[in-house]
Amino acid sequence: MRLTDEEKAMLAGGQGPVRQWAIRHQVAVGEFFDAPDLVPVGQAHIMADTESLGEAGVAWLEGLACSPEKERRVAIPTITDPRGLDFASYKRLRQTDAMADIEARAIRAFEALGVLMTNTCINYQTILPPVRGEHLAMGDTGVVIYSNSVMGARSNFEGGPSALAAGLTGRTPRYGYHLDQHRAGTMLFEVAHRPTDFADWGALGGIVGRVANSYWQVPVVTGLEDRPPNSDELKHFGAALASFGSVALFHMPGLTPEAPALSDAFAGRAAPAAVPIGKADFDAFYRGYAATGDKVDVVVFAAPQLSLIEMAEVADLIAGRRVHEATSLVVATSPEIKFAADRMGLTARIEDAGGIVAAGVCFYQSYAREMAEANGWQRLLTNSAKLVNILAGYGYKPTLASMARCIDSAVAGKVL
Amino acid sequence: MPIALKCHKGLGPAVTGTALVADDNFSTRYDLDRIEGTFSRPAHKLYGQSYLDKVLVLVTAKGGVASAWMLHEMVARGMAPKAILFDRANTILAQGAAFAQLTMVDRFEAGSPTTLIRTGDEVAIDPASGLVTILNRDA
Repeated sequence: MRLTDEEKAMLAGGQGPVRQWAIRHQVAVGEFFDAPDLVPVGQAHIMADTESLGEAGVAWLEGLACSPEKERRVAIPTITDPRGLDFASYKRLRQTDAMADIEARAIRAFEALGVLMTNTCINYQTILPPVRGEHLAMGDTGVVIYSNSVMGARSNFEGGPSALAAGLTGRTPRYGYHLDQHRAGTMLFEVAHRPTDFADWGALGGIVGRVANSYWQVPVVTGLEDRPPNSDELKHFGAALASFGSVALFHMPGLTPEAPALSDAFAGRAAPAAVPIGKADFDAFYRGYAATGDKVDVVVFAAPQLSLIEMAEVADLIAGRRVHEATSLVVATSPEIKFAADRMGLTARIEDAGGIVAAGVCFYQSYAREMAEANGWQRLLTNSAKLVNILAGYGYKPTLASMARCIDSAVAGKVL
Repeated sequence: MPIALKCHKGLGPAVTGTALVADDNFSTRYDLDRIEGTFSRPAHKLYGQSYLDKVLVLVTAKGGVASAWMLHEMVARGMAPKAILFDRANTILAQGAAFAQLTMVDRFEAGSPTTLIRTGDEVAIDPASGLVTILNRDA
């Protein structure tokens, strides 16, 4: 890899061992992907919940945090993905004090590094939205796919250590979606059935993702131009597409910034034959998770965290009703949106009906298996296609349904 | 002559181990019970099988940014695969292998390693030179 004099000095340890670790890591990853050099990035976003960090990861962070302040502080705005636990609600979710202790240790270490604890996977809606052409080091696959596709920014999936490395050096290896050559469409999908709610948008992402099924595929999706989807709809679509297919970039000709027309989406090359997607594909997707009549243990709105608009929708649907005594309702949002929801009375309306509003977490990143065991949860209902994909591996039986059907089921205590 | 397979230069130390192969993908968060050391997602082709000390041979890595930390945590507890071979790695698993010092290679010249290598094969992996050798079979 070609390195500048400053980068060579960093690699030689001239800016201390913390930045030396960071750039060594970046050179190893860059060489694996044949990166020609490092590219300066505007923000780093770290996925580092304590469940995945484990004791080993937290102890490693604490080691970095002991370095002299000048050597350990991040060089660019560096923010965090949802955490493993919300101190205000963890007891109600039957998470343990041991989980809270390790969470507090991780937070102290990140703060010592100068990381801003935003604890959100909707930072593109709430913190500092990416800009077209801006190079970034984003953790969280949903953040990356939204930043790349909807905003036209440039990021790979950056795992926690790599995003932290980017924060410390202000750079990332230039490979994958930082390069024009990887950003052209590789597959074409023609959608003939209009999604009507967030679950449908997630289902569409899941359907496309199952076909694409690779980090290096760039799906181009047509048939949705008549009414542009809003930010929350694209959020659910992208999060599911990234989760089911490991996809980091899509184009919607006429809607997303790098594809004014179909020919732009394929960088001037001929479009491949279209994969048709119709109502039968949506029906089959839902059938894979169907469970009508079953007792529902927990209803979850999360993955991604809810926007203020989604919070208001949940509050409107649940207000004046009561969650069934044998069912739990969990709503996860970002700390910023939680403050707004508190101020506007949305949190009170949801919690007065028996729900739990958790901030700075996203359910699946917060010891989902242990929560299932502690609460006796198995049948889970959600409007997040991403969540149904993830939680099957955590011992849950997940069902996908619209927000309205999820709330009706939470009140009834069974899947309607 | 053992079978020599050229691949892209990889990450981590040179190791030898027994292959566990599937025409399927890999995510530490979605697919594994990391406490037991088994594949726990029912739809996975290696469901129920232990990956401990195995050379995993799979198609690609999926989803989950968390995998980068999780590989490090698994290696620290001694509950990790010995190496992971992909047809094509994604960014997260490569970053995770670099962080955890876990052996990982991909991009084989002769095609997908899931068809070149069989479960039970003894394989030697040399990431620095981009070479995987199947020791128990002749070319």
